[in-house]
Amino acid sequence: MTSLTALCTAVAIGVLLIILIYIAMQGIGALNLSFLVNDPRPVGEGGGIRNAILGTLLLLLLASAMGLPFGIAVGVYLAEFGSGRFGGIVRFLVDTLTGIPSIVTGVFVYTIVVVPLKHFSAMAGGLALALIMIPIVARTTEEMIKLVPQSLREGALALGAPQWRVTLGVVIPAAASGIATGAMLAIARISGETAPLLFTAFGSRFFSYYLDQPIASLTVQIYNYAISPYDEWHAQAWAATLVLMTMILFINIVVRFLTRRRF
Amino acid sequence: MLVSVSTISPNVTVPAREPGNIASLRTGAAPKVAVRNLDFYYGKMQALHGVSLEIPERIVMAFIGPSGCGKSTFLRTLNRMNDVIPGTRVAGEVLIDGVDIYQPGTDAVELRRKVGMVFQKSNPFPKSIFDNVAYGLRINRLTATPAELEERVEQALKDAALWNEVKDRLKTSALSLSGGQQQRLCIARALAIRPEVILMDEPASALDPMATYKIEELIVELKKQYTIVIVTHNMQQAARVSDSTAFFLLGKLIEINSTEKMFTNPDEKLTEDYITGRFG
Repeated sequence: MTSLTALCTAVAIGVLLIILIYIAMQGIGALNLSFLVNDPRPVGEGGGIRNAILGTLLLLLLASAMGLPFGIAVGVYLAEFGSGRFGGIVRFLVDTLTGIPSIVTGVFVYTIVVVPLKHFSAMAGGLALALIMIPIVARTTEEMIKLVPQSLREGALALGAPQWRVTLGVVIPAAASGIATGAMLAIARISGETAPLLFTAFGSRFFSYYLDQPIASLTVQIYNYAISPYDEWHAQAWAATLVLMTMILFINIVVRFLTRRRF
Repeated sequence: MLVSVSTISPNVTVPAREPGNIASLRTGAAPKVAVRNLDFYYGKMQALHGVSLEIPERIVMAFIGPSGCGKSTFLRTLNRMNDVIPGTRVAGEVLIDGVDIYQPGTDAVELRRKVGMVFQKSNPFPKSIFDNVAYGLRINRLTATPAELEERVEQALKDAALWNEVKDRLKTSALSLSGGQQQRLCIARALAIRPEVILMDEPASALDPMATYKIEELIVELKKQYTIVIVTHNMQQAARVSDSTAFFLLGKLIEINSTEKMFTNPDEKLTEDYITGRFG
């Protein structure tokens, strides 16, 4: 039994390592400073992914600004007040939302934002990513808040604190590092999303920080380069993948750091 | 008659009672806490059956009895702490300074400022030592200036006999303190808002003998200013710190008497059996 589980573990880790090593090997060739600080150029002229890096960061920022407050609020509601039947329904809906294919979210945002406004935009992309984040953040927040011992709540109530002050001043701070972890994991998750951005942020070959215009992102750029017929773009797609993986790795390291620090 | 608890002025002029003087237990001179015919239910399960008792001001009253006898439940009815448990129900009266705290319109938040509580397991907030003690003062806006806040925190820590041990590290996490220190911190936190009654739910049950001794010493000291109700499993502890003792069994109050009489010549056979260790 032990050897079987050990074998499965080895296979799982092995596959992950092979992917990582393969991406590093393929990507390192085209990766250099000018690749990071230049915008795309026509094929054969080099160029880089500066616009896509900025685009991805902007999209993550937008998605976090919209998704985190909502997700955390839903999680707090579920943990503190969601013990009844209604809470159960909300919990089920949130779980269902988590399972919705991300391309469906993209099409949904396309229908309600892109079509009425008649053009793709960074805002629409951020919204699509936010919709994916909300259920993830909500459930991790709920779990983290449920871990706060009841005795802490009672201690605060016994000092004459009204319920809302207990939640805001004691419970949420006590769960803060866990909530931050959930938020970072959700950010790591959406930073790798391509499908919801195809019909929303759309992608762009130009440097842009306008939120009402189409914007580039690493994932869409990788997709576009990967399906192109040019070897140079294929190499750039690998390099961009390596950059994206490094970003996600960095986010995960930050998560580990946050979880380690407990008051 | 609808009177909110907040309209009662704290009765701070009464001089310290002589330890062991429990005359008012019998004469019924204006008790601090009076409970009449209290029934309590967790859902359909009745946990308290018609409990009536009076607690005079500035004494220590101990509740003893075997596990599950309802003494903690009863303690928690005195500051409506059971309100937070879903499905609980109360019948009867709990009067504090003559006002029923269960009558409609009573502000439970206001009540808990007046009736403080220390829990069995110390529960410091994951904040600094200072912020723990300052918490009640801040949320209730009891201090006007930062200097006053610091002064009240210092006083509370001194009252809880913790000041000398923590005065140089007020900004460090409360969770870095030892178990006994954490419990005294929780006492300081309760004292900081200057309640009139302090409920203690087995405050020393998780502590070593030395820490327990310090808490007991503290209780005797606090009696000069506060009315203290303490639940304890430890009968020696009840005998050491309390002026009067109430014995609970299966949700009923069996006997209430002066501690001295309770432990030497109790009125009830059941009490004697319990105290002499024949059951429980």
